[in-house]
Amino acid sequence: MPEQNPEVRRHNFDEVPLGYTEELAILEAKRCIQCKKPACVSGCPVDIDIPGFVKLVLEEDFIGAARKIKETNSLPAVCGRVCPQEAQCEEACILGKKGDPVAIGRLERFVADYERISGDILLPDKAPPTGKRVAVVGSGPAGLTIAGDLVKRGHDVTIFEGLHEPGGVLVYGIPEFRLPKAIVAAEVDYLRKLGVKIVTNVVIGRVKTVDELFEDGFDAVFLGVGAGAPVFMNVPGENLSGIYSANEYLTRSNLMKAYRFPEYDTPIAVGKNVGVIGGGNVTMDSARTALRMGADNVYVIYRRTEVEMPARSEEVHHAKEEGVQFKLLTNPVEYIGDEHGWVKGVRCITMELGEPDESGRRRPVPVEGSEYVIDVDMVVVAIGTNANPVIAATTPGLETNKWDYIVAKDESGETTRERVYAGGDIVTGSATVILAMGAAKKAAVAIDEYLKRKG
Amino acid sequence: MVKMRINAPDVARKRKAGQFIVLMTDEKGERIPLTLVDSSDKDGTITIIFQIVGKTTTCLSEMPEGEKLYAVLGPLGRSTEIENFGTVVCVGGGVGIGVVYPITKALKGAGNKIISIIGARTKDILILEDETREMSDTFLVATDDGSYGFHGFVSDVLQNVIDSGERIDRVFAIGPVPMMRVICNVTRPYDIKTIVSLNPIMVDATGMCGACRVSVGGHTRFACVDGPEFDGHDVDFDLLMSRLRMYYHHEKEAMEAVRCASHD
Repeated sequence: MPEQNPEVRRHNFDEVPLGYTEELAILEAKRCIQCKKPACVSGCPVDIDIPGFVKLVLEEDFIGAARKIKETNSLPAVCGRVCPQEAQCEEACILGKKGDPVAIGRLERFVADYERISGDILLPDKAPPTGKRVAVVGSGPAGLTIAGDLVKRGHDVTIFEGLHEPGGVLVYGIPEFRLPKAIVAAEVDYLRKLGVKIVTNVVIGRVKTVDELFEDGFDAVFLGVGAGAPVFMNVPGENLSGIYSANEYLTRSNLMKAYRFPEYDTPIAVGKNVGVIGGGNVTMDSARTALRMGADNVYVIYRRTEVEMPARSEEVHHAKEEGVQFKLLTNPVEYIGDEHGWVKGVRCITMELGEPDESGRRRPVPVEGSEYVIDVDMVVVAIGTNANPVIAATTPGLETNKWDYIVAKDESGETTRERVYAGGDIVTGSATVILAMGAAKKAAVAIDEYLKRKG
Repeated sequence: MVKMRINAPDVARKRKAGQFIVLMTDEKGERIPLTLVDSSDKDGTITIIFQIVGKTTTCLSEMPEGEKLYAVLGPLGRSTEIENFGTVVCVGGGVGIGVVYPITKALKGAGNKIISIIGARTKDILILEDETREMSDTFLVATDDGSYGFHGFVSDVLQNVIDSGERIDRVFAIGPVPMMRVICNVTRPYDIKTIVSLNPIMVDATGMCGACRVSVGGHTRFACVDGPEFDGHDVDFDLLMSRLRMYYHHEKEAMEAVRCASHD
């Protein structure tokens, strides 16, 4: 797939992959051998009829292909960009045994973009109104998915979003160069056209509790609030100026558009030498954002090796192409500040891999006496997130596990509170967009069944 | 200093003393936290008092009556722990008088004996004098320039109250960071528990970003969800000060380019 040149793109926020042309899409679709028992579908958390949509691409019915995907996946333009296909549908593709699998994600992206740009958006048939009201808390991937599924089944759906713009992690977390915000806005707009109501600036648990939602007449509540609390390492100096959580750095840049300061009011520090701590997709997003903000050197500081990195290989590859430098088997032990309390260095220790830990990855062990300082004037700590406890703390009877994640059944999203369902990162901990969507789809079925049963 | 009433029934219904809101004036604006001074459940309004310090507060102050804010979120933060402590000193400095006022009111309602000490640089910018007086058993004023009341700082007045032998069970001190720091230094030797309300930079203000982290008793806390009130004797004020200065140059640049959306 054509991409922006790394030397050019490291200075702009435009999307990196440029997408297939019609010709390229058809060529790729031709490679699909239309398996009788398609393994790719079983690799998809939302059961997209992959051979079906690929066949329509081959027949040049791109709109038809997009609609085929939308039968089970309401956010194809998003998933075509941010799904880890290499670990899902494409990993299962039979062609991958001997060569490259069919580029299912790129085809998905192509047809979704084709449909959106054409403006030929079909609103699906909705079931007659049931008179039942469902409150969806959070407007990220899970919330948007379940809202779409339930409104199509005839229920009256209201999404409550804490921030001033809907989209959750799709708008505050994932950068423009990976997921243009206009795409998220189009998906949200589509839901509104379907009849979903979206209320912003309401933090459930603060402005209203879950119980108050029931008092307001909602028949069921879905919690899809994500894992929103940043994790810090608790090493000395971590609160120095110039040290951000990834959540803060990306929220400033993406949601608040600080990269366009002063056209937008929200400021953001512009580091010349930036350390980004961690090894996940969010680490790569932060590192690549820092480059685009004008850093000379961006160092990803990760305590294991590239093999253990949770980031998608594509993201690591893109980061490297753009000039992000990797300091592997390296862990921060202290931050050093200047006379103004601004970070000027990070003291790191070299690690080596020992015996496998409970995650199955070899445990990094510090090498004694190996400490050294990397000069940095900005740091982003991107080592993961935790559950925000605000809903659990204000909803009696809602059970959580020892990490504050909500306990919910895998197959239905049912929680320990009747009529309260949950799915996505607030149940599983930080995972992917598509897994949150998969959980939301199951919860939609369960809520629909419950509402019908209740009559 | 600007006082503003905002129609926000959801916030008004829930708001308790010590809590705050986040607002945006327009789509391209910054999210800024502002403490709630008052609210009326009856007419669904909340009251804020703010000082014009940067672009957002400038634009906010210029919004005509009836204009719509782009976003209002709240009430946020933990509310003040209110009980009958006995004798309580409520210290407010500058715009902090607006923040300590609802706390004073709630403490009065809980049966405390209230000693209020409010102060400002000069008489003209002293706010809520009558309202505070009404809630107070003892009411004291200080101005830096001596134009009204005691010539000096509120911390000097507090020291005088302590020296007079008055038994003090708790102090609430809200104002500029240097003021809160000095008040804590005054009360520390007497071991009088002193609650301060911190105003670090925030973004989402719901516990998501950690911009507002402060160090309290050696532990990192998020002022937006763990605060904004903390035991002042445990607060690292130096850290708070240096983090508040993080965007000093940006703020200057934004002010120079100031152009408020509502007047485009």
